[in-house]
Amino acid sequence: MSHRDYSGKIKEISGVNPYKCMKCGKCSATCPSFNEMDIKPHQFVSYVLNGDIEALAESKSLWKCLSCFACVERCPRDVKPGKLIDAARQIVVRERGGDYLSADEIPELLDEELPQQLLVSAFRRYKR
Amino acid sequence: MQRIGVFVCHCGSNIAATVDVKKVVEVVSKEPGVCHAEDYPYMCSEAGQMKILEAVKEKNLSGVVVCSCSPRMHEATFRKAAERAGLNPYMVEIANIREHCSWIHKDMEEATEKAVILARAAIAKVNLNTPLKAGESRVTKRALVIGGGIAGIQTALDIADAGYEVDIVEKTPSIGGRMSQLDKTFPTLDCSACILTPKMVEAAAHEKINIYTYSEVDKVTGFVGDFTVDIRKKARSVNSDKCTGCGVCQEKCPSKKSLNEFNRGLNTRSAIYTPFAQAIPNVPVIDRDACIKFKTGKCGVCEKVCQAGAIDYNQQDEIITEKYGAIVVATGFDTIKLDNYDEYAYNQSKDVITSLELERIMNAAGPTKGHLERLSDGKAPKEMVFIQCVGSRCSDTRGKSYCSKICCMYTAKHAMLIRDKYPDVNVTVFYIDVRTPGKNFDEFYRRAVEEYGVNYVKGQVGKVAPLPNGKLLVQGSDLLDNKQILKEADMVVLATAIEPEASVRKIATMLTASIDTNNFLTEAHPKLRPVESPTAGVFLSGVCQGPKDIPETVAQAGAAAVKAIGLLAKDKLTTNPCTAKPDELLCNGCSQCANVCPYGAITYENKEVNDHGIRETRRVAQVNSALCQGCGACTVTCPSGAMDLQGFSNRQIIAEVDAICR
Amino acid sequence: MPLNENEFRPKIVAFCCNWCSYAGADLAGSSRLSYPADVKIIKVPCSCRVNPMFILRAFEKGADGVILCGCHPGDCHYSTGNYYARRRMTLLFSMLDYLGIEKGRTRVEWVSAAEGVKFSQTMNEFVEKIRSLGENVRLGDLRCKN
Repeated sequence: MSHRDYSGKIKEISGVNPYKCMKCGKCSATCPSFNEMDIKPHQFVSYVLNGDIEALAESKSLWKCLSCFACVERCPRDVKPGKLIDAARQIVVRERGGDYLSADEIPELLDEELPQQLLVSAFRRYKR
Repeated sequence: MQRIGVFVCHCGSNIAATVDVKKVVEVVSKEPGVCHAEDYPYMCSEAGQMKILEAVKEKNLSGVVVCSCSPRMHEATFRKAAERAGLNPYMVEIANIREHCSWIHKDMEEATEKAVILARAAIAKVNLNTPLKAGESRVTKRALVIGGGIAGIQTALDIADAGYEVDIVEKTPSIGGRMSQLDKTFPTLDCSACILTPKMVEAAAHEKINIYTYSEVDKVTGFVGDFTVDIRKKARSVNSDKCTGCGVCQEKCPSKKSLNEFNRGLNTRSAIYTPFAQAIPNVPVIDRDACIKFKTGKCGVCEKVCQAGAIDYNQQDEIITEKYGAIVVATGFDTIKLDNYDEYAYNQSKDVITSLELERIMNAAGPTKGHLERLSDGKAPKEMVFIQCVGSRCSDTRGKSYCSKICCMYTAKHAMLIRDKYPDVNVTVFYIDVRTPGKNFDEFYRRAVEEYGVNYVKGQVGKVAPLPNGKLLVQGSDLLDNKQILKEADMVVLATAIEPEASVRKIATMLTASIDTNNFLTEAHPKLRPVESPTAGVFLSGVCQGPKDIPETVAQAGAAAVKAIGLLAKDKLTTNPCTAKPDELLCNGCSQCANVCPYGAITYENKEVNDHGIRETRRVAQVNSALCQGCGACTVTCPSGAMDLQGFSNRQIIAEVDAICR
Repeated sequence: MPLNENEFRPKIVAFCCNWCSYAGADLAGSSRLSYPADVKIIKVPCSCRVNPMFILRAFEKGADGVILCGCHPGDCHYSTGNYYARRRMTLLFSMLDYLGIEKGRTRVEWVSAAEGVKFSQTMNEFVEKIRSLGENVRLGDLRCKN
């Protein structure tokens, strides 16, 4: 699969139209992990637009995003960069293969310290 | 059978690039009734119209079909051309092969095929056209302006100066509108009240202008040239003729806890009040919801202190019915509610304010007497943050999709004024784009940056959080430096999107003027008829049509006035001849058509008819063509099919359907 | 899209009121918002001018779909015309459905003069729907089919 296909795939999974972005930067303004990221949330959109998926797949940001979806909630244009990041992460995970999670395994993983959202998001990402 | 001429326009390349006009000519010339078909680069040009004239005369044509742009553009042009050639203007039909064909299709074969079908439908219709004659209606030489802001005042002044009577209806107790709430105006920094009050006084003193404040439009009937309007003059509880405007009642009023609307609710006012010092008329109003006399029956302080005896607790709403030839809508705007923008903490902190609230704070008559201070603790701010595009340029689900247009400039103005008056205050503006098209506008913005040292940061703010120390933590982006900025601010000002005044929807419905999804009134044509509503006789002035600053509003107000004057200057108007017409032999006198007619144009008469040799008196429908507007509701309602609409008859429309489905 | 002999080209009649939807279609045109050429527009003064007879006639003559566009409720140029149209069409469409003309072949949509995008989107959707339903054979008068 070429990188061009990946960028189509990201749009498909996320259901997001990156062309709507008006480069206001509210996503980066709102992001709690901004300082941890090498590619910032607002840049994510232009990487997808430019089809530079390789850089995204190798970025630190992919794993620093907390999936808090503050950027999704506050994006004035419904571009929702968080969904793009999530989709890119999903593609990388799918490529690796193997790492699946079934609903039965979840009770074992429960931990009081663990944010519930993490489990939900993990299950969504790793389910078979 | 008609003798029809078909004229296919190239519209330069607008049509000819996608539609094979020669082929259209070739195909339609074989249609029944067509005696002449030709194409020409610009049918609307003088030379193009001459083609129609010549062909009508030479070939003795009785009907004309022009395949060109939308009839909304040039139907009138071609009807006039036909009239010059001696044809009845209503023997012309337009096939819209530009907006509905060449502009939206790419494939030539496909577009040509569609153009032929559209032409066939028009030919089929013309074959059944009959000559129609327009009637006449009178024009009442009086205009109504709804809204007494700068737009309404300017329109009223211009119409009145031309010698026509004008009534202004304003729903608040004073004229002046939003402009009276502003402190300074960009880009000259004139004091807003100083340039507005002379206009207000002029309007109030003008012998041709009559102002109804604290009044609303209740009902509108009629049509262009002859509207009848009910105006509800709400009970002021103060006799305007007796009141001297001394203001003692307001001082002595014991109920002083109502939110002051004029100051955007930032402070309070008495129950009997005039909204601001320069109010016109300078006659107070009793807010009956807040007045102790109205709530408990005990008080009456204002009545006791009023030397003029002007207080009248028994005043009732009064309905005034007046006739108008033209109506101008100038209802203006309000700022949007910020409920969808929790991240800016507007509802959590008194120090997060909208720009219009800042305007009141900066004003000497405002809640802080013009001192820039935090509303929470009255302290002078040291660090101020302005956030642009709050609710503007958003997806429809979150806010407004349009640019509010005025925010970039007023934010530059605020930033500049603050830096000028309080040089120790740091001002940061977070922006997405700075949009300053306009005379001396960009220079103004650059002055804010270069001379006044306002810090402009490209990027939005994601979050404003009140801190325990009373400050506000502003978390924003600096996209150019790729940084996230954390700033502790004392005050945050939101450049809140503007939206049409909420009452405009009700008014538009009464006027049957169309309105867009954002509640802005629609123009008759977005470029060529920007101050007219598609509803004849209704004109648009100011922000009710779209976001505008003051100079644009004044310019448009003048333009709307000229259009209204153009209408009022006429003694008679020609009416639309496409009216309903009953077939008396088919009518069974059931009255169903009269029930659905929105104009009361249908009456019943006992009339002698000759039904195939049988003479008898029957109850039959009669249409008053001066009242009928030609909607056609009656034609479909009629159970016996007696009612038909001239120009859009059942047979004509069916012929079009047949031509399309052929 | 080049013409293809075998491709199904539906016949679609769109009735548009003069004040809102026809202007909306004009705006779609001047904004170059394309929709399939299968849609042919007939201008009527108001959506309430559309006699159910016209729609029956269209189906009888082989139309594959009929759409009626008018001003948004409350915005009718004649105050109440679109309310009448809405009631009439509700009745007519359910009768047509009973006769075997699927609900998808008929539609009422409110399009204002400012909604060029909505007009184009509506037409694209509608044509898509008709294409998926295929040719209308139920009410076609066989005598009209040569």
